[in-house]
Amino acid sequence: MTATFPDLHMSPRLLAPGGAPADLPTHEQRYGPLRHGDPAALLRSVAEAGLTGRGGAAFPVHRKLAAVAEAARRTGRAPVVVANGAEGEPASRKDKTLLALSPHLVLDGLQVAARAVGAGEAYLAAEEGVSYLESAAAHRRDPVAVKVVRLPRRFLSGQASALARFVGGAEALPTHQDPPVRERGVGRAPTLVQNVETLAHLALIARYGPDWYRTAGTPSQPGSALCTLHTPGSQPRVVEAPFGMPLHRLVPLNGMSAVLLGGYHGTWFPATEAAQLPLDATTMGAGVIATLPTTRCGLTETARVLRYLALQSAGQCGPCLNGLPRMAAAFRTLATPGPQSTTRTDLARWSGLVEGRGACHHPDGTVRLVRSALTTFAPELDAHARGLCTATDPTPLLPVPQEP
Amino acid sequence: MDQKPAQKIDIDWTSCRGHGLCAELLPDHITLDEWGYPLVDGTPVPARTLKRARRAAADCPVLALKLTATGMS
Ligand SMILES: Cc1cc2nc3c(=O)[nH]c(=O)nc-3n(C[C@H](O)[C@H](O)[C@H](O)COP(=O)(O)O)c2cc1C
Ligand code: SF4
Ligand code: SF4
Repeated sequence: MTATFPDLHMSPRLLAPGGAPADLPTHEQRYGPLRHGDPAALLRSVAEAGLTGRGGAAFPVHRKLAAVAEAARRTGRAPVVVANGAEGEPASRKDKTLLALSPHLVLDGLQVAARAVGAGEAYLAAEEGVSYLESAAAHRRDPVAVKVVRLPRRFLSGQASALARFVGGAEALPTHQDPPVRERGVGRAPTLVQNVETLAHLALIARYGPDWYRTAGTPSQPGSALCTLHTPGSQPRVVEAPFGMPLHRLVPLNGMSAVLLGGYHGTWFPATEAAQLPLDATTMGAGVIATLPTTRCGLTETARVLRYLALQSAGQCGPCLNGLPRMAAAFRTLATPGPQSTTRTDLARWSGLVEGRGACHHPDGTVRLVRSALTTFAPELDAHARGLCTATDPTPLLPVPQEP
Repeated sequence: MDQKPAQKIDIDWTSCRGHGLCAELLPDHITLDEWGYPLVDGTPVPARTLKRARRAAADCPVLALKLTATGMS
């Protein structure tokens, strides 16, 4: 389903070439042996490399490693490490592709992380359906044995506190994060949750060092990232690209009106603006880049996504429970040509009311999408208010589960 | 140097049921939104209000309101 052309933009670091899954002998031949350096040296390497998380927030990895190690020292409890392969974002394919093609690179990274923080337990969490991970893990002689856990397919399953809870045997729902997961997560032990792609990069930094890592990307954003590219009329593609690469080299922008960067918690940009932007860790989220042709209605697409996001709210927190369905319904009104009455001001007010007022960042990501849609599609909003829509093709574009 | 770190009001949104008691006890710091959930200004609680803030925390029927040290994430 997902075609991969990793060699399109740089020589592939993460994805096994040829689109064929790499078994352990192939993997070892390609990358050479994994060295388990001492934790302090490892931490320095990661800091020098400047590796950031690939699960969406681009948080510096060395700081989280140090925080978990420190919490372990303080509490006297051996930490738990969790590889986050949930990929709850419906428009993203990169983690599934990585796990399918290079499972051992992720498992290597998990061992490196376990070593860096002195973990006693390691888990690989992935959606139901991705097979062979158990057998891949069983074929290895890892210092810390890895247990594969299967997550329910939901947008929130990969949120760090939901994931920690699920690994600990409870339902995959976010919890109030005080203290945070890195201090008290699985079984109340300090817990490192790291995206699977982050761990794959970590495995390569442990092998080849920070200078090698920095040969891709820019000085302020070193390295490369997996991206899921959506262009109309073709299947999503997963590619690996260096930070700093112009977006127009990744996706064709001719005939496009807008680009969605970062997925359903991401940001819409007008195509003319996107044409000036590089691949940037602060806007790319978990790597989704989706283009919208001029024939489609961006307001309708956003309304579809918002309905899904509202349905995915865990309904635990008052503002999220009350706000997201109202915001989705309001956006549906705006997506329909006709009178808008107070809908736009309602949306702006509700956005302010849900922002920062939940146990997880689901409301914040939703607000980001809403605000960017209101700016990027301002001309379309005005046209709709006059009862007009310039879109000619009503076929749904973005992949949205659970549509009526 | 023996100054205690400033305290701020922290709501556990998964527990808060919008009872609104906290807004009655701390009207200068907490108002209710249109659905009845507390809007907290997020600034440090001044020393003269600390006692009432502690009482609000203790009186919240689901113990969703806590005082936490500022400066941590
Ligand atoms: C609603 C929500 C959903 C998330 N889903 C995922 C996910 O599916 N996979 C993932 O790696 N991170 C996800 N995250 C981010 C995680 O909470 C966490 O920050 C991340 O796994 C940390 O790894 P990293 O630093 O390597 O990116 C999600 C966050 C939120 C708020
Ligand atoms: S903020 Fe929303 S999605 Fe997140 S835990 Fe609360 S109710 Fe659930
Ligand atoms: S008293 Fe407690 S439950 Fe009621 S609104 Fe305040 S924090 Fe929420």
